[in-house]
Amino acid sequence: MNKTKFALAVSALTTVALAMAGCGNSASGDNGKAAAKGNPNAIIRTNGCEPEHPLVPQNTNETCGGNPIQLLFSGLVSVATNGKVENNMAESITPSNGNKTFTIKLKKGLKFSDGTEVKADNFIKAWSYGAVATNAQVSSYFFAPIMGYDEVQKEGTPSDTKLSGLEKLDDYSFTVNLSAPSSVFTTMLAYPAFSPLPDSFFKDPKAFGEKPVSYGPYKFKSWTHNQSIELVKNKDYKGTDPAKNGGVTFKVYLDTEAAYRDVQAGNLDVMDTIPQSQLKLYKKDKKVQGYSKPGSTIQAFSFPKDMKHFEQNSKEGQLRRRAVSMAIDRQQLIDKVLSGVGTPATDFIPPVITGHKSDLENSKFVKYNPEEAKKLWAEADKISKWTDKDTLNFAYNADGGAKPIFDAVANSVKNTLGINATSKAYPTFAQYRQLIGQRKMQDIFRAGWMPDYPSAQNYLTPLYSTGAGNGNGSNDNDYSNPEVDKLLSDADSAATQEEAIKDYQKVDNILLGDLSSVPMYYGNASGVAALGVGGFQMNWQNEPVFTDLTKA
Amino acid sequence: MGKYLLRRILQMIPVVIGSTLLIYALVFLLPGDPVVAIFKGKPAQPQVVAQIKADYNLDKPFIIQYLLFLKNALTFNFGKTFSGQLVSDVIGRAFPNTVKLALMAFVFEAIFGVVFGVLSGMNKGRWYDSVILVLSLLLISVPTFVTGFLLQYVFGVQLAWLPVTASADPGFIDLLMPAMVLGSVSMASIIRLTRSEISANKYMDYVRTARAKGMSNKSVTLRHIIRNSMITVVTYLGADIGALMGGAMVTERIFNINGIGNVTYQAIVRGEAPLVVSVVTLMVLIFVVCNLLVDLLYVVLDPRIRYE
Repeated sequence: MNKTKFALAVSALTTVALAMAGCGNSASGDNGKAAAKGNPNAIIRTNGCEPEHPLVPQNTNETCGGNPIQLLFSGLVSVATNGKVENNMAESITPSNGNKTFTIKLKKGLKFSDGTEVKADNFIKAWSYGAVATNAQVSSYFFAPIMGYDEVQKEGTPSDTKLSGLEKLDDYSFTVNLSAPSSVFTTMLAYPAFSPLPDSFFKDPKAFGEKPVSYGPYKFKSWTHNQSIELVKNKDYKGTDPAKNGGVTFKVYLDTEAAYRDVQAGNLDVMDTIPQSQLKLYKKDKKVQGYSKPGSTIQAFSFPKDMKHFEQNSKEGQLRRRAVSMAIDRQQLIDKVLSGVGTPATDFIPPVITGHKSDLENSKFVKYNPEEAKKLWAEADKISKWTDKDTLNFAYNADGGAKPIFDAVANSVKNTLGINATSKAYPTFAQYRQLIGQRKMQDIFRAGWMPDYPSAQNYLTPLYSTGAGNGNGSNDNDYSNPEVDKLLSDADSAATQEEAIKDYQKVDNILLGDLSSVPMYYGNASGVAALGVGGFQMNWQNEPVFTDLTKA
Repeated sequence: MGKYLLRRILQMIPVVIGSTLLIYALVFLLPGDPVVAIFKGKPAQPQVVAQIKADYNLDKPFIIQYLLFLKNALTFNFGKTFSGQLVSDVIGRAFPNTVKLALMAFVFEAIFGVVFGVLSGMNKGRWYDSVILVLSLLLISVPTFVTGFLLQYVFGVQLAWLPVTASADPGFIDLLMPAMVLGSVSMASIIRLTRSEISANKYMDYVRTARAKGMSNKSVTLRHIIRNSMITVVTYLGADIGALMGGAMVTERIFNINGIGNVTYQAIVRGEAPLVVSVVTLMVLIFVVCNLLVDLLYVVLDPRIRYE
């Protein structure tokens, strides 16, 4: 999912809002007065944005469309707020063949909102549709682990080609054959790309995209473009998380400031972010209830593979990367720039994800330690001198609100190491991603990650395995370490979750030693709700748990 | 007169073609590949990218893309956005809101601007002249978003007299505050413009002559001073309609109005060339038509002007 919701805060507006909040109020706890009892028919109004794609689960990868899709479609498995994965629409999911084959049995009697029954075919056809390149679905890569994926990526593959790794057993069960073992496949199934599609979709995908037919806790009611998306409770829902309210309406806001004002005035019930200008103030705001806890995003920066003085496989590069990392005062960065909304990173797996550890052996390399940083930098200078003419650039995309963060990072490095360091803006996310994609980026670059599914694996394999490099994944600086690859593949075929976690933690530690990417901080899941809204909590996707929200 | 009108209308054709080409080129030159951005930094399968590019003609050279756009535009097909909506639908939903907002702001600034300007200009040096002057100076120097936030917080959140943000289909009450905010800067300029014009014209020879002829004070003021002062003001107002529609972007953001400004912003961020070009071309047309109307109004205001 994308990061635009962090991005829209216009810094110029900040000062004004700060000045005005002088008229604000004092004292009120976080997440305060919950409504005693909710009206089961109450419609929860929340901030939304205009989806970038039609409302098709296989073609949605950003929050604007993703939030409604999450509520419309339930996964075969669901993830509780504590991160535990449990069967939801699936009766059972049985791995065999060393995590290479999964047999999925569906619950019986599941119905789409158009009345048709949900059968194995609906899954097989939907996943195949998502995988076939001709259909140009943005979440196509989710199906890459399934056998036969390469076949359907060829040019001119007919739209309705079936993925050869999917086999129907009977109307309510099917098997999935993967091309390589994966211990996280079950967890991946929580992602909406793995939703089934009703028969009507294949007759007219376009009509479906405007008016989706689904089987989740909510049903689609209406979509007025650039204005609102209305969902109502699905009374026939058979999953683990039925709605406690009558529906959810996503109201489109271009500016989160405007949405915040509407929460203050009671015109909006909940929003999934806090505008930058309100970060310092929302806790004291008597008109709202705030929420801010460590979330699932991680913010880091990466060194290009062959960056001069920082080469990935040289001793000098490693010394300098560690020096830069230890020259950053992460706590101060969070306090000053993010108004305390964030947690200093101690490893590559955020605290809300099983596997996180704050006391790994190499965690010391991401702790602020100016003396050690200077020492390492001087040591590297003995190998090859960093001159006064050299400048260390920290690149970021200017349309994402990252400027203050990278200004602070560059400053911290500059002051600690006594070298030239600046932040460098690239105007748009599109340009920035293109340079990185073509491996033309010459500077240290911003690398944020929002997980697709809540597993330690999702923070490691797509970013640091050799297989995800060279344009085949999100390993943007082509980091390659045989030891890491070996551990990751061991984890994939591990018999139990615990064994896999041990491998992931070993990888975590190796990455902290190499620091081809430097973790900075874990983002918080934060938002506000109007007074009188009950059950306000946020899930691992940093979104409110909409099904639990109540109001009078 | 008819010939003149025809010539002016024919002149619009090269203006429109030129501006579409220019804007299309600018969007094309925007750094970065919009299709890459669609994937949000997650893995983009090469064949999927190729398919999306083919679907939106983005795989073709610039000039072919532009000519295809132009060809389709002639049949009123302005292309579609990445979410598959017709550009004409998107504009059709947003445009009326911006027009409503801009017209309300226009009426607001024209009425209050001229009334206060005349009041001020006719009574130079009086206490209310000074008050008006100071207030207009304040409005000119404070940026729109400050006025916007301030009014929104005070009248919307604290006092709850007016809606904080506009509803889906904004009406008069929804747009009252945004229109005042949008029109405030121009209103202040009009006050100052009217004031200086009036005070200059007040001492013109023809005014003295009219008074000497024994004309009543009222008709001297109305028919000679104010009418002659209006030529500059009308020019300003005419050019301002376009500026109001373009400047509505800030106001639309603050009050969350689904208008052209918001649509354009979103389209630029997402790199949707057909939408950006269509909106801007529409704006250009509005500018051109407004200028034509202003030129025609001169004839009414100043009998010495004739168009052949």
